[in-house]
Amino acid sequence: MLEDFLSQLEMAAPQIVLGLVNGAFYALLSLGLAVIFGMLNVINFAHGAQFMMGAFVAWMLLNWAGIPYWGALILSPLIVGVFGVVLERLMISRLYKMDHLYGLLLTFGLALIIEGVFRNSFGSSGLPYAPPAALTGAPVDLGFMMLPKYRLWVVVAAFFVCIATWLVIEKTRLGAYLRAATENAPLVQAFGVNVPRMVTLTYAAGVALAALAGVLAAPIYSVNPAMGSNFIITVFAVVVIGGMGSILGSVITGFALGLVEGLTRVIYPEASATVIFVIMAIVLLARPAGLFGRA
Amino acid sequence: MTLDRRAILGGAAALPILGAMPFRSARAQANNTVKIGVLTDMSGTYRDGCGPGSVTCVRQAVQDSGVTGRGINVEVLQGDHQNKPDLASTIARQWIDRDGVNVIIDVATSSCALAVHGVVKEKNSIMLNSTGATADLTGSACNPNTIHWTYDTWMLANSTGGAMVKAGGDTWFFITADYAFGHALERDTTGLINKQGGRVLGSVKHPFPGTTDFSSFLLQAQQSRAKVVGLANAGVDTINCVKQAAEFGLTRRQKLAVLLMIASDVHSLGLQTAQGLSLSETYYWDLNDRTRRLANKVKGDMGGAMPTMWQAGCYSAALHYLKAVADMGVEKAKASGAETVVRMKAMPTEDDAFGAGSIRQDGRKLHPSYLFEVKTPAESKGPWDYYKLVRTVPVEEAFRPMAEGGCSLVRT
Repeated sequence: MLEDFLSQLEMAAPQIVLGLVNGAFYALLSLGLAVIFGMLNVINFAHGAQFMMGAFVAWMLLNWAGIPYWGALILSPLIVGVFGVVLERLMISRLYKMDHLYGLLLTFGLALIIEGVFRNSFGSSGLPYAPPAALTGAPVDLGFMMLPKYRLWVVVAAFFVCIATWLVIEKTRLGAYLRAATENAPLVQAFGVNVPRMVTLTYAAGVALAALAGVLAAPIYSVNPAMGSNFIITVFAVVVIGGMGSILGSVITGFALGLVEGLTRVIYPEASATVIFVIMAIVLLARPAGLFGRA
Repeated sequence: MTLDRRAILGGAAALPILGAMPFRSARAQANNTVKIGVLTDMSGTYRDGCGPGSVTCVRQAVQDSGVTGRGINVEVLQGDHQNKPDLASTIARQWIDRDGVNVIIDVATSSCALAVHGVVKEKNSIMLNSTGATADLTGSACNPNTIHWTYDTWMLANSTGGAMVKAGGDTWFFITADYAFGHALERDTTGLINKQGGRVLGSVKHPFPGTTDFSSFLLQAQQSRAKVVGLANAGVDTINCVKQAAEFGLTRRQKLAVLLMIASDVHSLGLQTAQGLSLSETYYWDLNDRTRRLANKVKGDMGGAMPTMWQAGCYSAALHYLKAVADMGVEKAKASGAETVVRMKAMPTEDDAFGAGSIRQDGRKLHPSYLFEVKTPAESKGPWDYYKLVRTVPVEEAFRPMAEGGCSLVRT
């Protein structure tokens, strides 16, 4: 009996670690979504496309400008973030006074256009992007499995970015302004804070987080136009389960659902694409505001 | 009625649907016009291997056939089935019923191929399938309206799988795409392994489409300790598997069998990761003078990309169909799909893609297949110079013997 359990555990332990790696991506992406929704009340359906752009910009930086991975890690989110500023100023800002659905439709349309443009220019099967030399080589021996160095780096990096974002929003003066502006924008503006600019920069920051996740994903997954849309549906489920707009909720749920998905891949792999949505349905029935959301 | 934003948005959303509505009847078309519908994956995981390139190749075939000089008009339509079988059969029905399409070519993705396979039989139309892989099209599910053109799961299993087993890889673990194609490829390869005295230790099925992370499955493959890990998937799925297998160091102790990989996949993967892989195709652009001639004709319209075997198959199939039409006369060819297929089977095939060939009673198009090894970056002279020829599998051995397929069309 105990032996059975131990051998099961031996099978499951590596999957738990891999689940954490995927959870890191879910957490990073849902973090950006939560920031944008929490502060702007916009459901950013273009998030997957912006994740994909992050990966593509990293590829372009390497192949067209010779800038390696570490440079891309900073430059790509900045470039895609600027794209976010343009998008917010030109289009999204016009929809703040209207129902959520309009923002959703607009960003969904934008996502389709961006994906289509990349598909026409680069094809659908993707482009190669090698991990940086420092993170290749022999996988790290964890005792029960061999984990590639790069995946370990992804978990660590994602974890710290999540903590940093949470700290900025919950513990700094800037974060306090942001939260205040969400509650009552005219009042905050009356105190002399430039609220529209702050909102624009918040959107850009959310977009940059997506792009950062894209750069992190580029060496693991094929850099292809559909890479974002494969992720985004799952990530929306993560945000819904965690509670729309709850930053801590989206991070914890992201990692947790990565784990659940990883375990499903061992127990019943055919259901691994569905399990998150089953959980979402149950959570919505039991707690419509999500696990960490405020009703 | 007040016009609000919602109404305007709704109207805007309906516009594309209106645009696609038929405003002319199928009867209005001239009697000397044949219509070819290229139904394929224009936006998903298989797009680069077929997609717009398949349309280009069909157009090239129309030009090369010379039928327009003989007073026959050819119209080429294209459709995107998004790898959804329900959408594929809806488009096929609309094309046949509404637009008067006479032949449907390509039909990527086995599940879509099987769906359209049923539609063309019901409507007595024709499907010339190039990209779909399942050998069931000419086996248990065969019908008189389909010809399976380029390759199939049995041929892949036989060529790549057979070579792996012969080289000592007698224990296998499969990572399989969870739909008709993956199942057929795993089944055919398993049959071959068992026949040659090998053993399958296990398999895992991953959801299709939409799986991007294969590390869990690769880890299970590692834990199985099988000598060979067989990838019974295709397109971006295979690309991701190979990439992640290298990352996890799987290839140090085990061999990877990429059962279906084509030139555009290698292009996307890069030689650094793909070097040394064994794979099987029936067309490679740099095989001989004729294959190079075909590639040079179409690459300009394909953004410099070389045609894949799927796209070359579309060329060959369209060319042979038009030959049959010219031979029978347009009216007769349009009257009955099944009879046109009978005529196509009676005529030998001849084209730049596959050379001389023939079509069997069960709808299987016959030509040799080739086992290739992917070159190292040092061996490759430039983009698209990817393969070394390892072995030519002659026509007699390349495809499943007709008697073993269980096709009801085969008269014994």
